[in-house]
Amino acid sequence: MSVSGIYERYQRQMILKGFGVTAQERLLRSRVLVIGAGGLGCPVLLYLGGAGLGEIGIVDDDRISIHNLHRQPIYTTAAVGRMKADAAAETIRALNPDIEVVSHAVRLTNAVCLELLPRYDYIVDCSDNFETRYMINDACVLLGRPLVSGAVSQYEGQVSIFNVPTRERPDPANYRDMFPEPPAAGEVLNCADAGVLGSLPGVIGSMMAGELVKLITGIGEPLVNRLLTYDMLQHRTYDVEISKQATPTSMPSTINDFLNTDYQWLCGWSAAVDEIDPGTFNRLLGDPGIMIVDVREWSEMPEVTEFDHVKHPLGLIGNLTASEGKHTVVFFCQSGKRSAEAVRNWKDAGGTIHKVYSLSGGILRWKAINDTAHV
Amino acid sequence: MAISVMVFGQLTDWTGGNTVQVEGVADTDTLVRVLKEKYPGLAQVKFTVAVDRKTITTNTPVHPGTTIALMPPFSGG
Repeated sequence: MSVSGIYERYQRQMILKGFGVTAQERLLRSRVLVIGAGGLGCPVLLYLGGAGLGEIGIVDDDRISIHNLHRQPIYTTAAVGRMKADAAAETIRALNPDIEVVSHAVRLTNAVCLELLPRYDYIVDCSDNFETRYMINDACVLLGRPLVSGAVSQYEGQVSIFNVPTRERPDPANYRDMFPEPPAAGEVLNCADAGVLGSLPGVIGSMMAGELVKLITGIGEPLVNRLLTYDMLQHRTYDVEISKQATPTSMPSTINDFLNTDYQWLCGWSAAVDEIDPGTFNRLLGDPGIMIVDVREWSEMPEVTEFDHVKHPLGLIGNLTASEGKHTVVFFCQSGKRSAEAVRNWKDAGGTIHKVYSLSGGILRWKAINDTAHV
Repeated sequence: MAISVMVFGQLTDWTGGNTVQVEGVADTDTLVRVLKEKYPGLAQVKFTVAVDRKTITTNTPVHPGTTIALMPPFSGG
């Protein structure tokens, strides 16, 4: 595109001191892969698309749910049920037809990482779970890709840039220098379990987009080797410099090691936990020998009135005993994470019933599927 | 003199607030041990310790006036 054509669309940023046509051309020549098109991905995609990133790849294998919309305003109510990657790509193409937008509506696995990441110059982690976060980090370290990382929890968010060597630090910090090993399963709650204020990922995602633009164009001081925390309730930011740690033992050192690393296992999601899907669960509902246990905290929403169950928060599982005549226990929580942990705790405690399951996808998925079925 | 510790994320569920005071500790290992005794929930979770805005890799001396931060990883997106 001609300089005048570029200027027309991007003039409001090109006139900034230190920006100009050189910075704009750098953006237009850059390829970025955005992993996760959820709460963080939406603002990241909108602002990178608007800013004129030359090529934007979007990875997400999830479909739009009604409970996404309070914090993912790139989507519409009419789009509920569509693949997020496809719907987001459509919106960004409509926002800026001059750039290339590619939808990858696939589950990110080790092999997919190795196929996709080398095609892009920058990676942006907008994922919503530790398995993916550690997988992306390790792949970026092995492939030498700069990584802009953001995450949210309730009213707080974190932003960092990893794997960017500088003159002062030729061996740059990565995610594992900040958090060397993944937390145990259920130790840190995700948005589905802990909740999140809708505008918070908007703030954090906008910061991430800004950081990537700074990194590509060379303006300001991007958060390289630093982690910034933003607390929305106090309206307070705090940033720390990330020191280099000894390489953690679970960090793969070669591409082959990486391919053989089971990130679900690493993050505590042992395949030994038996999950049942919502359909199987529905078929079990009529069986009087089933004890169904809600392991969420007492006041958590949504309330479940559709079937009989007992409430028993995860922290108290040690005191849970099966009532008379029960042969199977099904635990459920919001997303399926804490209920998987409940299965493990129950088995560790030597619970007398051996048929113990976790409702996969939690009550949110169960309700979504049953609501659709009744329409 | 007390040392002030900033607490982030869901660690505040255990400490009950985003700042806690610790008395009579000279290094980060002691500080973390004292905090885990006072708030046993902290012993069950992983977090990174920063001293004067820099993450630590080893036991580090602390003094009154040192800024300590306890930072857990967030997973939400």
